[in-house]
Amino acid sequence: MDGLEYAARLSGVTRVYGTASGPGSLHALGPVDLDLRLGEFFSVVGPSGCGKSTLLDVLAGLNPPSAGNAEFEGKPIRGVPDGIGVVFQEDASFPWLTVAANVAFGLRENGTDKAEIRRRVDYAIGFMGLTQFRDAYPAQLSGGMRQRVCIARTLVLQPRMILLDEPFGALDQQTRLLMGDELLRLWRETGATVLLITHSLDEAVMLSDRVGVMSARPGQFIDVIETGWPKDRDSRIVAAPRFGALNGRIWEKLRAETMKHMQTQGVAGP
Amino acid sequence: MRYRPLASAGVVTALVLALEVSCRAGLLKKSTIIPPSDMAASLWDLLASGVYSHAILLTLGNVAIASGISIAGGFVAGVAIHASAFFRRGIEPYLSAYYAVPTFIFYPVFVVLFGVGSGAIVAIAVMLAIVAMITATLNGMDRIPRVLTRTARVLRMPRLRAALLVQLPATTPYLFTGVRLSIAYAFIGVIASEFILSGDGLGYAIAYAYNNFENRTMYGLMLLIVVVVSVVNASLDILDRRLQARLRA
Ligand SMILES: Nc1ncnc2c1ncn2[C@@H]1O[C@H](COP(=O)(O)OP(=O)(O)OP(=O)(O)O)[C@@H](O)[C@H]1O
Ligand SMILES: [Mg+2]
Repeated sequence: MDGLEYAARLSGVTRVYGTASGPGSLHALGPVDLDLRLGEFFSVVGPSGCGKSTLLDVLAGLNPPSAGNAEFEGKPIRGVPDGIGVVFQEDASFPWLTVAANVAFGLRENGTDKAEIRRRVDYAIGFMGLTQFRDAYPAQLSGGMRQRVCIARTLVLQPRMILLDEPFGALDQQTRLLMGDELLRLWRETGATVLLITHSLDEAVMLSDRVGVMSARPGQFIDVIETGWPKDRDSRIVAAPRFGALNGRIWEKLRAETMKHMQTQGVAGP
Repeated sequence: MRYRPLASAGVVTALVLALEVSCRAGLLKKSTIIPPSDMAASLWDLLASGVYSHAILLTLGNVAIASGISIAGGFVAGVAIHASAFFRRGIEPYLSAYYAVPTFIFYPVFVVLFGVGSGAIVAIAVMLAIVAMITATLNGMDRIPRVLTRTARVLRMPRLRAALLVQLPATTPYLFTGVRLSIAYAFIGVIASEFILSGDGLGYAIAYAYNNFENRTMYGLMLLIVVVVSVVNASLDILDRRLQARLRA
């Protein structure tokens, strides 16, 4: 991938659900322009229902854009490209497989040899703090641990771009901070490009090189903020003076959009 | 409700004992019902004599064939119906009203098609059993979480592999319900057909004993069927519980 500057690029990407402009059609996203720099950690925040998951679907090749261009590593996205890993908003662990078998699933599918599978699975399970649970079934785990199984399952495939859709939505604030640290460690170790969708401003500011702020539906980027954190940061930067300022700037942008969203939902604004 | 094997066994034991005492004390006439101990002795005798071996094998064989056809056919039909939303909308009302129709009225049609004997009996049993499997398959496929199918796509699995390794396991608990129902319906279909309509098998043997006032034989055969069905059902139940315990602890 010599000379490649961007992991993925979206230009004028729009997504309309249902028959284009027909009755019952829903303009969910865009037009959106987005250049994900190679190896960066990019977070997306936005009011609920603004099209964040739709954006992820387009990048993952799960859902073609209605208009505009999407490319990954310089090639147009048609179907799921090789080298992309996704952690979904919902629990996607396979309930009929043990933790270890869940994590190994993708590797078995792509024909990795046994010794290598074992090595990578052991490492990922340890990394995600699941060693004690390797022979447990998902039903025996908490929601947060199941999400870690899904992260491990993605991680072992060594994707060059990892897309995460509110992976820590089910966790309490403290655990989220710690999981955030894990995610940063993972990002540094793999060198992958990460796109994280989150509804926690703290999380976005603490983890990211850049934070994209989306408008209410149809979601568009109304601001992209550079945090300027060093690469070897961790959750302790929440104490940095700039942390509050960045958080404030994002909230200022987001506040108006969230109120818009609440009004369209019939919820009284402040 | 929690499953209490001891309580269930207790209820059965109490009823059997009550029946035994009532019979022995002369409260119930021997021409009406015989004591359970006699039923057991009769069952033992008729198994030992070997006279009914052919009937037993025939009936169990027909049940096995009818279950197999219903389970495999019902699954395939369910998958096919699921594939077409249009076809499904047309057929679903009939599926849900299906068990309102007494299937046995179609026996003459099957006799014409398959002749008298196992063919027609298996056909009746399949008619009775297959719809339970179709319904269970549709239900299971409706409940495959979308995120699992999307996971298979992200892993770039070919469609057939995704169907076999992701979608099929995700439907297993529902399919298992269909399997249990199909086997139960196959037993009903085969034995009832033999009873009313045929000249062979366990159902026929019971009808024959009844018509000839051979009470002891009749109750022995009835006990045999109850025991076989209970054992089959209990085995499936244990399997089901294992499966469920693993999937939703
Ligand atoms: N497959 C679909 N068909 C029709 N409409 C859809 C579909 N998927 C999403 N939508 C609609 O598109 C809009 C954007 O949905 P999306 O899930 O992308 O939002 P989101 O920002 O991820 O929301 P949340 O914060 O709740 O996760 C919503 O109004 C949603 O109802
Ligand atoms: Mg979403």
